[in-house]
Amino acid sequence: MNDALYHKAVMRMAATSKGAGGLENPDATATVDNPLCGDRVTLDVTMENAVITEIGHKVRGCVLCQASASTIGEHAVGQRAEDVKHVRGRIHSMLNGGADETPEPWTEDVAAFEPVAPHKSRHQCVLLPFDALIEALATAKAGS
Amino acid sequence: MTFDSAAIRTQFPIFEVPATGGAALHYLDSAATAQMPNPVLEAVRTHDANARGNIKRGVHFMAERATEAYEGARDKVAGFLNASPTEVVFTSGTTAAINLVAHAFGQSLKAGDELVVSELEHHSNMVPWQMLRDRSGIVLKYLPITGEGRLDLEALGATVSDKCKLIAVTHVSNVTGAVTNVSAIVAAAKAVGARVLLDGAQRASHGPVDVAALGVDFYAMSSHKMFGPSGAGVLWGRAELLADMPPFLGGGEMIRSVTKDVITFADPPARFEAGTPPITQVVGMGAAIDWIGTLDHEAVTTHLNRLTERVLNGLADLGGGNGRIKVIGPQGLQERYPVISFEVDGAHPHDICQILDGHGVALRGGHHCAQVFMDAMNLPGTSRVSLGPYSDDGDVDAFFEGLEDAFARLGVQ
Repeated sequence: MNDALYHKAVMRMAATSKGAGGLENPDATATVDNPLCGDRVTLDVTMENAVITEIGHKVRGCVLCQASASTIGEHAVGQRAEDVKHVRGRIHSMLNGGADETPEPWTEDVAAFEPVAPHKSRHQCVLLPFDALIEALATAKAGS
Repeated sequence: MTFDSAAIRTQFPIFEVPATGGAALHYLDSAATAQMPNPVLEAVRTHDANARGNIKRGVHFMAERATEAYEGARDKVAGFLNASPTEVVFTSGTTAAINLVAHAFGQSLKAGDELVVSELEHHSNMVPWQMLRDRSGIVLKYLPITGEGRLDLEALGATVSDKCKLIAVTHVSNVTGAVTNVSAIVAAAKAVGARVLLDGAQRASHGPVDVAALGVDFYAMSSHKMFGPSGAGVLWGRAELLADMPPFLGGGEMIRSVTKDVITFADPPARFEAGTPPITQVVGMGAAIDWIGTLDHEAVTTHLNRLTERVLNGLADLGGGNGRIKVIGPQGLQERYPVISFEVDGAHPHDICQILDGHGVALRGGHHCAQVFMDAMNLPGTSRVSLGPYSDDGDVDAFFEGLEDAFARLGVQ
């Protein structure tokens, strides 16, 4: 079971850490904590016409959290807040047994988190970077 | 009495239950919750099967039996603590016990009074005081820690002023296993007329505690960390302090009389036990104290010290001297209990614990409800091994096999 959790794709995504590091002039920043384990994700974002133009993240977290943040770094540019919320909803559903596929360009990376589903205590590890991004986007919208 | 870990282990049916993937269970999380031996499990079952009733006011047979069992457990706790039964208040656990003091003793404090906790505290002995600070205007001060994760006693003079009314610290750290030098804390408190509360959650499973000899004023502990059921715990307080404290919760059982306009409260400990208490759990806690009494604590300590040393030496060997593994807390066996926290460079505690779970090894990772400590040590969290009298060499072997596997999977160099 743990073999499945730490498979090559997840380890690669975590190691790649796409988007790692803060942005110099973000339009919005959000930091969220996982109270269960103390993990913390800070997410910077720049926007243009409600579309994400740049992403930067700092992750103090596990492999799953790092891989999830890397997925955001890979695919969030060009997306809108509603797109990100939709993806977050699909991941949440998938982790809880849902079968709906996540839309492109997220499909393959998000599918890599399927083995996390039986480990409820680890769901938030995957969702935390998305929660940070959604909070940052809400801040950006409120400030626009 | 001689110590036989195999014989001890057979008293714990949990070890017959397969863990992840059918692996044998290697339970190294006793600091979170200790397992329950057969005599305790049987006491709980027997009570509910043969003596279930509400306590105190009922005159029928079962109420009498339940009351006798409940008060019998109070006598056992009193014996365990070398205290009077009237000083033993049953709560739902250590957290509730400390909250009780924060509310009831806290009412005697006024804005500007000072209270000292340490940076090492579990949230259960920190958040109630922070909440008291925020509602009453007292000043909360933090005793710093040393690089070895112990209370910095040299800072006592600078931290404890004559405005201090209470020092609330852990007896044994739930993160590092470090034992607090209680006499130094008590001396500092006495010098300014302050009281001392000890969080004994991690200490109580290791044998009787003499609160009179310690010289403290309050002592809190939890049943589930001392081989009893969850949902029960104890606040011990000096009789004169409990007598002066107002109740925390109101309800049945904690009054002498109630009219529309006037409440007369019961004497301690009933004053602090509003409502139906966790009767069955308290009875189980009494059985757990009986069980602890069957152990040869010197032999258990020798056994656990040997296993602790194996863990410490094994971590040092696995670290290879290149600093990739760092033990957080005491580096040796002096003044410590068998709780060992470590940090691995390049591997998150939850990933380590997840992979070890695949080996049947139950380990805890994260901040251990001690975020102020983690901040002080500049750590995101640790992985933690904690042992009980049922722990054996097979558990330590499985831990290191799992850890090597985790290193390989997570790419720890």
